[in-house]
Amino acid sequence: MSEFYFSLPLLLRLALQGVAVIAVLFPLAGACSMAERKVSAWIQGRPGPSRAIVPWLAWIPGIGFLQRLGVFHFTADGGKMFLKEDVIPGHVNKFYYYLAPLVAVVPALCTVVFVPFGAYWDAATAMMKPIILANTDIGILAVFAVSSLGVYSLILAGWASNSKYPFLGGVRASAQLISYELSMTLSILPVFLWVNVPGGEGTLSLFAVVEAQTQPGFFGGMWNIFLMPLSAFIFMVALFAETNRQPFDMPESEADLVGGFHTEYGELKWGLFFVAEYAHMFIGSGVFMILFCGGWNPLPWVSLADLLGWLGGFAPIFLNPVVSGLIAIGIFLAKLIFSIFVFMWVRWTLPRFRYDQVMKMGWQKLLPLSIGNLIFYAIAIAIIERS
Amino acid sequence: MSFKTVERKPLTLAERTYIPQILGGMKTTFKHLVKPKETLEYPEARPAILPGYRGVPTLVMDPNGREKCVSCQLCEFVCPPKAIRIKPGEIAAESTNAHVEKAPEEFDIDMLRCIYCGLCQEVCPEEAIWLQNVFSVSGYSRDEMVNNKQRLYELGGTLPDQHFKWDKKKAAEEAGNDAH
Ligand code: SF4
Ligand code: SF4
Repeated sequence: MSEFYFSLPLLLRLALQGVAVIAVLFPLAGACSMAERKVSAWIQGRPGPSRAIVPWLAWIPGIGFLQRLGVFHFTADGGKMFLKEDVIPGHVNKFYYYLAPLVAVVPALCTVVFVPFGAYWDAATAMMKPIILANTDIGILAVFAVSSLGVYSLILAGWASNSKYPFLGGVRASAQLISYELSMTLSILPVFLWVNVPGGEGTLSLFAVVEAQTQPGFFGGMWNIFLMPLSAFIFMVALFAETNRQPFDMPESEADLVGGFHTEYGELKWGLFFVAEYAHMFIGSGVFMILFCGGWNPLPWVSLADLLGWLGGFAPIFLNPVVSGLIAIGIFLAKLIFSIFVFMWVRWTLPRFRYDQVMKMGWQKLLPLSIGNLIFYAIAIAIIERS
Repeated sequence: MSFKTVERKPLTLAERTYIPQILGGMKTTFKHLVKPKETLEYPEARPAILPGYRGVPTLVMDPNGREKCVSCQLCEFVCPPKAIRIKPGEIAAESTNAHVEKAPEEFDIDMLRCIYCGLCQEVCPEEAIWLQNVFSVSGYSRDEMVNNKQRLYELGGTLPDQHFKWDKKKAAEEAGNDAH
C-alpha cells in the first residue's frame, strides 16, 4: 500500500495530501462549533443540543448515545446553512460583501500547508521525517504572514456591510491584530534562538523546533513550555487575541456591537467566517503545540521515536511509515483537541475585556513583557551555549 | 454615627497578573463541566406544579357529575381581556338536574386572549371555573386555541366539593320548602 503511494508522482501525491488535509480540517471546524455548544452547555449545567436525529437512524440501537452527544445537530446545522435563504442587505457593496467570507477561509486553510502535523519513521534513513504539505525553511514566518491575512476579511466584511456596528468590529479587529501580532512574534523568537545553534544552518522550520525538543538529554527532551514559560504564556494570550476568541472577541462582541463584523451576514457566508475562526484556532493551537509542547511527542523526555522503537519491539508493523505517521498524527490531534477545549473552557470562564483594556494590555503589558523576555533569553542562551 | 473605614488593600502582583484568578475560575468552571446537569428536560420530565398554580382556566363538575356553572356570566363580565364568551341556556324540565337553575349552552374561553389572571375563578359564585395546572397550550390555528365547553370540562374534570349546594337544594325542595 505505502509503496504504491510513494511511487505516485510527487505532484499528485501533494494534491491528494492537500485535499485530505482540507477534507479533515473543514469538518473538524464544523465539529468544533458543535463541541463549543456542548462544552458551553455542560459548563452551564445544561445537557446542550441532544435532540436532532435522522428518523431512520433512530431505529438503530445504541445510537441514542450519539444523539445525546448532539452529533446530528452538526449535520443539521450544516444543512440549515446551505438551505437558508440568502439575504443580501440592499445597502452593501456586493462585490466586497461576497469577497469577505472567501478571504476569511482561504488564508485560514492555506496556513495549514506550513504546519507539520506529524512525523513518520523513514526506515531507509532511520530518521523521523515530517508529514507536511510544504516542508519549507520559512515555516513559522509563512504561517504568521498568511494567517494574518485573515484580518482583511474582517475589515472587508465590516466595511462592505455599510453599517456602523460591523464597521466598528472591523476596525477593532485590525487594531487588535496589530497590537498582539507584535508580542506574539517577539515571544517566539527565544524558541528559535534556542533551536538554531550558532554557526549551524539557521532555520525557521517548525519541524526543526519539534526535533529540538526530541533531542536526548535533560534540556533536549524538555518541552519549551518548561524552558520558556513566559514565552508560552505571551504566545497563548496573543493567540487568543489573534483568533478573536473570548475574552478578546472585540470584533464581534455582541454586547456592544450586536454581532460585530458579521452582523449583516447570514447562512453559508456567515458559516464560512465561523469555519475560518475554527481553522485559525486549529492552526494557532497546532503552532503552539509544536513550539511549546513538543508537537507529536507523547510526553516530555519521551520522544515519538522512543515510543515507536519501544512499540516496534512488540510488532514491527509500528515502524511502517503509514502506521507510525498515523500514530504521530493521532498524538498531535489529541493535543490539538485538548487545546481547542481550553479555548472553550476559557471562553466560559472569563468575562470579555473592555476595548481599552485590550489595548492597554497589548501595548503596556504584553509588549514590554515580551521584549524583556526576549532580552533575557537572548542573554541566557548566549551564556549556556558559550559554556 | 460612627464610621468604619474599610481599608482597600492594593492588589498584589499575582492579582494584577490575573493568573491565579483565571486559574481559580477555570477550576470552578471545570467542576461545573463534570457536575450532573441541572436542566429539566421538559417534554419527558415535567416540573412539579405547586398547588394554587394558575394555569389554563377550566370548568369543573361536582362529584355527582353535574355542571356547576349556572351561566351567571360573572366571569364573562370580569374577564379583563374579554376572553370568555357564554351563551346561557335553560335546563330541560324533565332532566334530573332540573332543579339546577341554569347551565351554559356554550362556553368558550379564547386562550389567545386569556392572561391567566384568575379573576374568573375569584368571581365565580359556584366555584365552577378553576385555573388548573395545564400550562402548555399550543395549536396550529386560532380556532384550535379557543376552548369550547366540552374541552373545558375535559380539562377540568371533577374537583372535591365541600358544599353540595344542589343536593341541599334538592333536599329542601323535596321537604316542601320550594320558596327557599
Ligand atoms: S384567567 Fe383572567 S383572562 Fe383568563 S379567562 Fe379568567 S378572567 Fe379571563
Ligand atoms: S363559571 Fe362561574 S362565574 Fe362563570 S358563568 Fe359559570 S357560574 Fe358564573
